Amino acid sequence: MPERLTLEPVGPARFRLQRSGGMRVPGLVFADEETVAQLHEEASNPEAWSALRQVQNVACLPGIVGASLALPDVHPGYGFPIGGVGAFDLDEGVAVVGGVGFDINCGVRMLATQLSRGEVLDQVQSIGRDLFETVPAGLGSKGELRLSVAEIDHVLLEGAAYAVGQGFGLDEDLAFIEEGGRIEGADPTCVSALAKKRQFGQVGTLGSGNHYLELQFVEKVLDAGAAAAYGLGLDQIVISIHTGSRALGHQIGQDYLKEMADAVSKYGLDVPERELACAPIGSAEARRYLAAVACGANCAFANRQVIAHLVRTSLERTCGTKPDATRTVYDIGHNNAKIEEHSVDGERRRLLVHRKGSTRAFGPGRPEAPEPYRHIGHPIFVGGTMGTASYVMRGTDVGMETTFGSGIHGAGRALSRKKAAKRFWGDTVISDLAGSGVLVFAHSKRGVAEEAPGAYKDVERVVGAAEAAGINRAVVKLRPLAVIKG
Amino acid sequence: MSGSFEQLDHTADLGLRARGDTLEEAFRQAARGLFDAMVDLERVAPDRRHTVSCTSQTVEGLLVEWLSDLLAQKDLSGLLFGEFELEIASREDGFALHGTARGEPLAPGRHDPKAEVKGISYLGLRVEETADGWIAECVLDV
Repeated sequence: MPERLTLEPVGPARFRLQRSGGMRVPGLVFADEETVAQLHEEASNPEAWSALRQVQNVACLPGIVGASLALPDVHPGYGFPIGGVGAFDLDEGVAVVGGVGFDINCGVRMLATQLSRGEVLDQVQSIGRDLFETVPAGLGSKGELRLSVAEIDHVLLEGAAYAVGQGFGLDEDLAFIEEGGRIEGADPTCVSALAKKRQFGQVGTLGSGNHYLELQFVEKVLDAGAAAAYGLGLDQIVISIHTGSRALGHQIGQDYLKEMADAVSKYGLDVPERELACAPIGSAEARRYLAAVACGANCAFANRQVIAHLVRTSLERTCGTKPDATRTVYDIGHNNAKIEEHSVDGERRRLLVHRKGSTRAFGPGRPEAPEPYRHIGHPIFVGGTMGTASYVMRGTDVGMETTFGSGIHGAGRALSRKKAAKRFWGDTVISDLAGSGVLVFAHSKRGVAEEAPGAYKDVERVVGAAEAAGINRAVVKLRPLAVIKG
Repeated sequence: MSGSFEQLDHTADLGLRARGDTLEEAFRQAARGLFDAMVDLERVAPDRRHTVSCTSQTVEGLLVEWLSDLLAQKDLSGLLFGEFELEIASREDGFALHGTARGEPLAPGRHDPKAEVKGISYLGLRVEETADGWIAECVLDV
């Protein structure tokens, strides 16, 4: 039997995993009781992948600060759990490949239109169909922006700005992207030729799996002040784009997993699991990795920028809206490792914060937020399932104090893809959703079955736990009208 | 030679277990499992050939090298594979693999595409000879 792991309640929707074994810090899990029960059950089953054990493993890594964190959408990943956050001291800590994963800076861009639900309700079929035909998605799809060897380095260095410069989108988009759509420190020489070659045709593609593009409307305003600042109102039509750095990020992850596994033995690091391959932050290996991660992140920003442009062209065709009438609300990633400044025990410290399946969620007053949002904290996007609600939330002071300013990123899977594919049938899922007012356009029926709403946790529970813990606050609730899947 | 592959339950991703009466057969089945996660394997015609040569200090590392080389081809040449042959040699400094994969460019209408595999993780990575033959296991990020 595996060692028993027990979470103890320490506050509302807050549980501690006491230090044991090689843990350098405790684990701190923000979740509801049902999720905690599931975490305990997984951890007691030697056959199951256990997210709680992954929280424990991350707590064993050198230089971790505060606690190994898991947010309410926690579920098993590889290395870090999904919904996991780990902050590391720059002198004693490590950069961890499993703290970012293969889909570097996977994230969500939200666009707000000037259309209302009533104006589009009769046209959802044609709007959805045109978006489906306009935005490349699914296995093997190719993007609008075809790149050469020389050009791809510009994408890696300049991020979303490069795409804007090539005519994909508007200058004003850039201020509403995390880090202005371009993370400092990117160095294309730290990215393999193979990674670049794999990406030539992929900028501006959605991908598959849990990636999506949704036409949504604001069903409920939950925080009027924040909603007004974000420019969101009742019944407004918005578009959410969920995708990442595509093959470039995948290959960076694959390349550095190997390089960092070698670094573990080179530096004599005590690492509990091979997937937590890492290197001291000051080492040449970690510096190269973080420069490559910045390249992957910039590529993801460029990717979402090109797709945002395609969405605007599609809406111009179907709804007659001018491109500048569709505004970027924000664009933020949920698989990243970045150096940030945080207050730890009253002291300002620069830390390397890994967020795997967790989004940065800075509360009021942080300069990183776009100026119009700075007084309330920047928005974060919580994807639901194809059939349920999504949320716009925001960072809070409590989140700054307890989670290094981190937030939830989605409902979180409850069923494996294998179980979902057995239980659900793509065509049935699509017709059931159509019955409840959600049109699904998908390249893969099997993909729809794997992503069926029943395969996910209830997003309301996840949002409820984040609110109960005080780490994120709900701003508006969104309901999908059309879903584009790979 | 005989072997098989199966998917394992992993909440977010996809566990893969391949079996074979030889190490090579377990690797061959793992490659079949990788592409079965993405397309209907039986509908992939073996029209075009791609050769793989890779090395690793460990046999587990060799499995990751083999699968990630094949996976990269979907973006480099647009090829998806359904048939595989390979040989593994043990060397002083580890293992060397020489193999051939046969397939064709993706034809979405015919291949019934599923999810795209992003990478081969080290989670649960295992290559082992058991009383029933060789087992090769890994978790794919999808």
